[in-house]
Amino acid sequence: MSMDRRQFLKIAGVTTILGIGAATAVNSIRRDAAEASEFEPGPDALKAKRWGFVIDMSKFKTDDDFKRVIHACHSIHNVPDFGNLKNEVKWIWKDAFERVFPDQESVYMTGEMKEKPFVVFCNHCAEPPCVRVCPTKATFKRKDGIVMMDMHRCIGCRFCMAACPYGSRSFNFRDPRGKDENGQPFIKELNPEFPTRTKGVVEKCTLCYERLAKGLKPACVEESKGGILFGDLEDPNSEVRQLIGKQYTIRRKSELGTQPSIYYIIGGSENA
Amino acid sequence: MYDSGKIIAGLLVFIAIITFPFFHSMGTDIAKPEPKIDTPVIQQMAVKKCVEPKEYMKAEHMQLLDNWRNAVVRDGNRVYVGFDGKRYNMSLQNTCMHCHSNKKKFCDNCHNYMDVKPYCWDCHIAPKENSL
Repeated sequence: MSMDRRQFLKIAGVTTILGIGAATAVNSIRRDAAEASEFEPGPDALKAKRWGFVIDMSKFKTDDDFKRVIHACHSIHNVPDFGNLKNEVKWIWKDAFERVFPDQESVYMTGEMKEKPFVVFCNHCAEPPCVRVCPTKATFKRKDGIVMMDMHRCIGCRFCMAACPYGSRSFNFRDPRGKDENGQPFIKELNPEFPTRTKGVVEKCTLCYERLAKGLKPACVEESKGGILFGDLEDPNSEVRQLIGKQYTIRRKSELGTQPSIYYIIGGSENA
Repeated sequence: MYDSGKIIAGLLVFIAIITFPFFHSMGTDIAKPEPKIDTPVIQQMAVKKCVEPKEYMKAEHMQLLDNWRNAVVRDGNRVYVGFDGKRYNMSLQNTCMHCHSNKKKFCDNCHNYMDVKPYCWDCHIAPKENSL
């Protein structure tokens, strides 16, 4: 049988397209079947397009209000207390106005206002700089807006700590399961239901992803007695959106374009 | 061939050294690892079964755990549908180790035999065991 060049190219082309097409079709069917039947979110899991917070600072009156919230978070997540500022690991903490909102400072501001304590934690930014710099995708943004960490992947390069403008990330310079000079463990009471971290990884607030999966609100929200409100920023009817619409709120360093998801009400009101 | 005596002798010595480990352990009986499943929780189960059949778990548990990790941490999917359609919370610490609370006689038994050192327990908290 003889064949000219034109015929040969036609047959070769058609065969290639059919072959590639069939392979992709078979593969995609197989993968869909395998994945769809195996994993699913829990029946009670809380869902949102983008989680966010409104923090009403008027509800944080005493030192105890801060301590209660911080303890709730740090105790369930096995956050170690290394006892010094250099090694400090923190997921949620208290800081002064002048450091939380350095761009809001003015010459005439009183010392009292400058020192006013604020509760701060990871802003779960819509444009998170930590995610952009992570070389291993250990830190990433979930579909519901949570800026998450996959501790299995973290190589401890600390680029994310340099990138985060809010200081929300802490590095484990020491083994969190270790003991101090007096033989006291760094994690006072282990929560056996949550992992610890290991030496050499970065950690931060994970928006209580393990609680959301069970249908529970984040621990800080639950313990704050209405000081921290939580909901879907993309849902115009959510509690947080209603408040942001009604009240004057500020966000930390919003001029940087990271679109933080925590809105602060400074003065407070009866509605919040 | 020049120096054939030296070369052949050298080769024999080389083969003897290379195969020494095999001859050395020949005949000695090294106990096969037998992971135990006699924990209180498993004893109380009417039908003793895991999330997948035993043979699959033996061969593929590392891939399974890797998939679980990615599903939970990265995709936020917490529930695993087992081979019999039963649903499980995907958690090494809270689901696997709830039944297999004998880490030393279950996990470590084989891992030590195979000389593999998975780093699960650097972060995940192992169940409390009696040091028997």
